[in-house]
Amino acid sequence: MLDVFLKTGVYFLLVLAVVKPLGIYMKRVFSKEKTFMDPVLVPLERLLYRIGGVDPAKEQGFVAYAGAMMVFNVVSLVVLYAMERLQHLLPLNPDKMPAVPAALAWNTAVSFTTNTNWQAYSGESTMSLFTQMAGLAVHNFASAATGIAIAIAFLRGVARVESKGIGNFWSDLVRATLWVLLPISLAGAVVLMSQGVIQNFKASETVTTLEGATQKIPLGPIASQEAIKELGTNGGGFFNANSAHPYENPTPFSNLVEMFLIFSVGAGLTYTLGSMTGKTRHGWAVFWSMAILFLAGAFMAGYFEVRGNPIHHGLGVSSAMGNMEGKEVRFGPVDSSLFATITTDASCGAVNSMHDSFTPLGGLVPLLNIQLGEIIFGGVGAGLYGMLLFVVLAVFIAGLMVGRTPEYLGKKIESREVKLAMLSVLILTFSILVGTALGVSSKAGLAGLDNAGPHGLSEVLYAFSSATGNNGSAFAGLNANSDFYNVALGVAMFFGRFLMILPLLAIAGSLAAKKRVAESIGTFPVDGPVFVLLLIGVILIVGALTFFPALALGPIVEHLLMGAGKLF
Amino acid sequence: MTRTTPTSLLDRAILSRAAVDAFAKLNPARMMKNPVMFIVEVGALATTLFLVPGLAPKGLFGFQLQIVFWLWATVLFANFAEAVAEGRGKAQADALRRTKTDTIARRITGSGHLQVEEALASSLLRKGDRVVVETGGTIPGDGTVVEGIASVNESAITGESAPVIREAGGDRSAVTGGTTVLSDRIVIEITSEPGQTFLDRMIRLVEGAERQKTPNEIALDILLAGLTIVFLFATVTLRPFAVYSGGTVSVTVLIALLVCLIPTTIGGLLSAIGIAGMDRVLKHNILAMSGRAVEAAGDVNVLLLDKTGTITLGNREAVKLLPAPGVPESELAELAQLSSLADETPEGRSIVVLAKDKYGLRARELRELNAKFVPFTARTRMSGLDFETGRKVRKGATDMVDAFVRSLGGAFPDQVRQDVSSVAAEGGTPLVVVDGPRVMGTIYLKDVVKGGMKERFDRLRAMGIRTVMITGDNPLTAATIAREAGVDDFLAEATPEDKLALIRAEQAKGNLVAMTGDGTNDAPALAQADVGMAMNTGTQAAKEAGNMVDLDSNPTKLIEVVEIGKQLLMTRGALTTFSIANDVAKYFAIIPALFLVTYPELQALNIMHLATPQSAILSAVVFNALIIIALIPLALRGVSYRPLGAGRILRRNLLIYGMGGILVPFLGIKAIDLLLVALHLV
Repeated sequence: MLDVFLKTGVYFLLVLAVVKPLGIYMKRVFSKEKTFMDPVLVPLERLLYRIGGVDPAKEQGFVAYAGAMMVFNVVSLVVLYAMERLQHLLPLNPDKMPAVPAALAWNTAVSFTTNTNWQAYSGESTMSLFTQMAGLAVHNFASAATGIAIAIAFLRGVARVESKGIGNFWSDLVRATLWVLLPISLAGAVVLMSQGVIQNFKASETVTTLEGATQKIPLGPIASQEAIKELGTNGGGFFNANSAHPYENPTPFSNLVEMFLIFSVGAGLTYTLGSMTGKTRHGWAVFWSMAILFLAGAFMAGYFEVRGNPIHHGLGVSSAMGNMEGKEVRFGPVDSSLFATITTDASCGAVNSMHDSFTPLGGLVPLLNIQLGEIIFGGVGAGLYGMLLFVVLAVFIAGLMVGRTPEYLGKKIESREVKLAMLSVLILTFSILVGTALGVSSKAGLAGLDNAGPHGLSEVLYAFSSATGNNGSAFAGLNANSDFYNVALGVAMFFGRFLMILPLLAIAGSLAAKKRVAESIGTFPVDGPVFVLLLIGVILIVGALTFFPALALGPIVEHLLMGAGKLF
Repeated sequence: MTRTTPTSLLDRAILSRAAVDAFAKLNPARMMKNPVMFIVEVGALATTLFLVPGLAPKGLFGFQLQIVFWLWATVLFANFAEAVAEGRGKAQADALRRTKTDTIARRITGSGHLQVEEALASSLLRKGDRVVVETGGTIPGDGTVVEGIASVNESAITGESAPVIREAGGDRSAVTGGTTVLSDRIVIEITSEPGQTFLDRMIRLVEGAERQKTPNEIALDILLAGLTIVFLFATVTLRPFAVYSGGTVSVTVLIALLVCLIPTTIGGLLSAIGIAGMDRVLKHNILAMSGRAVEAAGDVNVLLLDKTGTITLGNREAVKLLPAPGVPESELAELAQLSSLADETPEGRSIVVLAKDKYGLRARELRELNAKFVPFTARTRMSGLDFETGRKVRKGATDMVDAFVRSLGGAFPDQVRQDVSSVAAEGGTPLVVVDGPRVMGTIYLKDVVKGGMKERFDRLRAMGIRTVMITGDNPLTAATIAREAGVDDFLAEATPEDKLALIRAEQAKGNLVAMTGDGTNDAPALAQADVGMAMNTGTQAAKEAGNMVDLDSNPTKLIEVVEIGKQLLMTRGALTTFSIANDVAKYFAIIPALFLVTYPELQALNIMHLATPQSAILSAVVFNALIIIALIPLALRGVSYRPLGAGRILRRNLLIYGMGGILVPFLGIKAIDLLLVALHLV
């Protein structure tokens, strides 16, 4: 357990160290203030605007902003779909991969456009290098940049007073890519390569193993994809084994770097929130709410994984390290459970171990993290705006208790905002619960199940939670590459992303247009420990209560059954 | 309305009437307006249908029957809460209706010699009609006095039996229908159409007929409806999950779970809280034209208060005499008294009082002195005595006295000039006393701040509300009084236009402004303010412009309105938090019970050790229903309110209603479970 505290602590301090510098940097980037990257990037930025025929200074209202965002995403979704279907005709296909089947192509196109990176396929045996690079890797940037743009637009909505505009989507998209994602992932890729992550354009090599069997070893431009996979909280691995594969994540140090990249932008954005709204203390309050939930999850998952499976203990077959099933020896249960917590806190979905093989309560942590909405640092941008949705609800519920109509940073929260916020919550709940219900009550859904009993329910629940929350990690054990799951999960990903963003942008637009109410001692405080506790309380009560019945029938009962000597 | 109307929460007449109304309110068309309780009603109806033989699982009929009973009870309790809240208003409306008897009005047409008087029913009077009312007559409708002066008994409206003076012209010209003239004769121009009189509006308001949901109530309704749908998803999908897990859940039990999870506590009490808030305002004898105004009062962060009559007693008082060089203080006192003997203004009387208390001078009769009183006029700005001997004694404003002395060949001493400016600097009003050409000294008149105002402003400051004093005084005087009264800011030499501009400026800064006013020239500012409280003694225009009318015409009551508004919002927030926090315990009661057959291991979640699955579910449902009844007094009275900063209030209320909301149901459900077992109901 000491190991859990130590590793989690070191990791957390690393993240804490970049919150402020990265937060200020992003604030400057999106407020178009000077940064040290300007000499290199401004000319490139101008060129892009000229090609696209975009006027970056033109302010967009929320309808125009949302419209531009939807156009960009739908068009790129269609392009990616076409690319997959036609990859056998396109260049850079050294392994002669055939066209991707329709349902899988739809699923994958949605998956990468929505920053989910759910992979119902094995990358190395399905996608050509061209599709991986020009399609998937590009979307790793584009979908992450979209997330950041939406978060920034939301912050503008809070910060601005009686304004129609919430920024310009094209400008936010370009700046998020050029100023934030590209430089950091470039540096990240170099560090990863130093650890042995490969970067080449070769076809698979066929080698003879020690046992004399032949094995095909896929190669490719992995380091460049790996960095953005974590930084952009995408999580779609080049290999099916994802970050458990030695070419993606060779050493404990590369593991630390990858975990660091996952939280960095999400954590930095909390400072951007404080800085853009002029309420630094509020930014930190949001940060600490996230931090406390993260630490609690990391310790819980670590505890149960290190403790291992009591039945194995009884049989004398347990590893001294803890629960090692589905884990890489070079990581062990601590690095694995920490990675699992982080990847599901954020909507990353990269995995370095099989969540399916976690102990029931160890596996409950990633599942619950996703169901809470991935607001613990969260997906780039998505984590912040998801969290702010809870802030709006918390302020509304508890704000009344100070004897004023609720307001958030001087903006009145009225029926329109509540309606939109509840709409977002409803869409997420609907997609997860109704999707899972469909999965466990239809023949097509049940056909994909490997495991019976509560574990099977957990698998389906995890799949729909992961898709809706745009996480992309899988519990594994569920064969999701069927028409049913490809289509249903594709729809869940699309709903979970865009039907959540649209009400959110509408809230941003409506907040931007409002007057700012003057602050006084009678104003609801959105900083300090009481607010942090309140926010955590609302997240746990509203978020967890929704899924408690389903969780009770899945991981919780499984844990209790394990105590009674039953495994699944 | 009279103050003898029932005020006790547990008045038997109100309760029995409410019990009947609770059933009448079951009408689905009415229930639809409250989505949470509507769902409960639908659920109750559905479970009732499942009681039909053959549909209910065997052996559980008694259990199902009890569930059905308690689900209906939940709806009825919520309706009862609303009916009780409405009860007091209805009783008051009845009392008001009794005063609204049709009187015969004496309408006059034409003027001068051609004036004709005719009698007609007061209900037929139209806007613009002129009526005459004499001693003992009832004023037939709302209007403005256009001729004459009368003392009027307005107790039918205000509950205050002391008569008030109403006269043509000025700010005391408005009269209300249903009040009676005690003396003299006045001519009134009617200003309201039939059915739209103040009394009609008042009846509709107290009865709640015009009650509309306030903006915040609507927003909260949406939140509650949203949560209801979320929990609907959670319970509906539970059935396929259960089937997958190899078990079943009966629809009745699922409905019971749903009703326990959706926020019925706040859903059931929300409208009662709103009505009770309006009612509390009414109990302070303030008529709020809408719930919106009361809600806005809670948000107010700037309070504009007129100095005179609100912060200070209306009148200045003489507190000190400052003799001129070479004049004995006693001589100045005597002359000051002489000049004020016949002066009936409060200032004049206070000078006589000062002379008596401090200098032992008794009042004398003018006749004995052979002198004539010279009253104050706006032109001379002096008053005093002219003796038959030709001696002239005067007191008045410095510049006028200066001119008076010079015209008689006297001089104005520098010392007196210094005294005058130091009095002004201290916030007082100087009056200079002269005996012919001789300047005798200065009378120091002071504004007297009402007792207890400083504490009230401190209270407001603790809530984050700034008070701004409005006065016609010069800035120097204003600053001194502002300091003494403890207000945060002041607006000196204020004209009605300044007042309006100040409100606009504060609103532009994001503040919500409350003010009081009574004059016609206050009307624009009253209309602009977020909360504008007009005095009942004020003009019709002022009453129309504001969104509240204070029947007692006591401007300081604005402070109470703000507190009531805050308390109303707090009560809403507290019960919402409580309601949502309750769900934690209910889950721990119901979830293990639901699946005990499929997974006996879930018994580990039964941390309350409830006896059987049936008793667990039933206990949760019973608790859920009874908590509504238990919280009715809190909803009607409002949560206890203390003027503290938002941070401390939040901490306190989160502890009581958040933590309490998590813990109370654990105890309650366990207690009910024990009781159900003891009574062999499960």
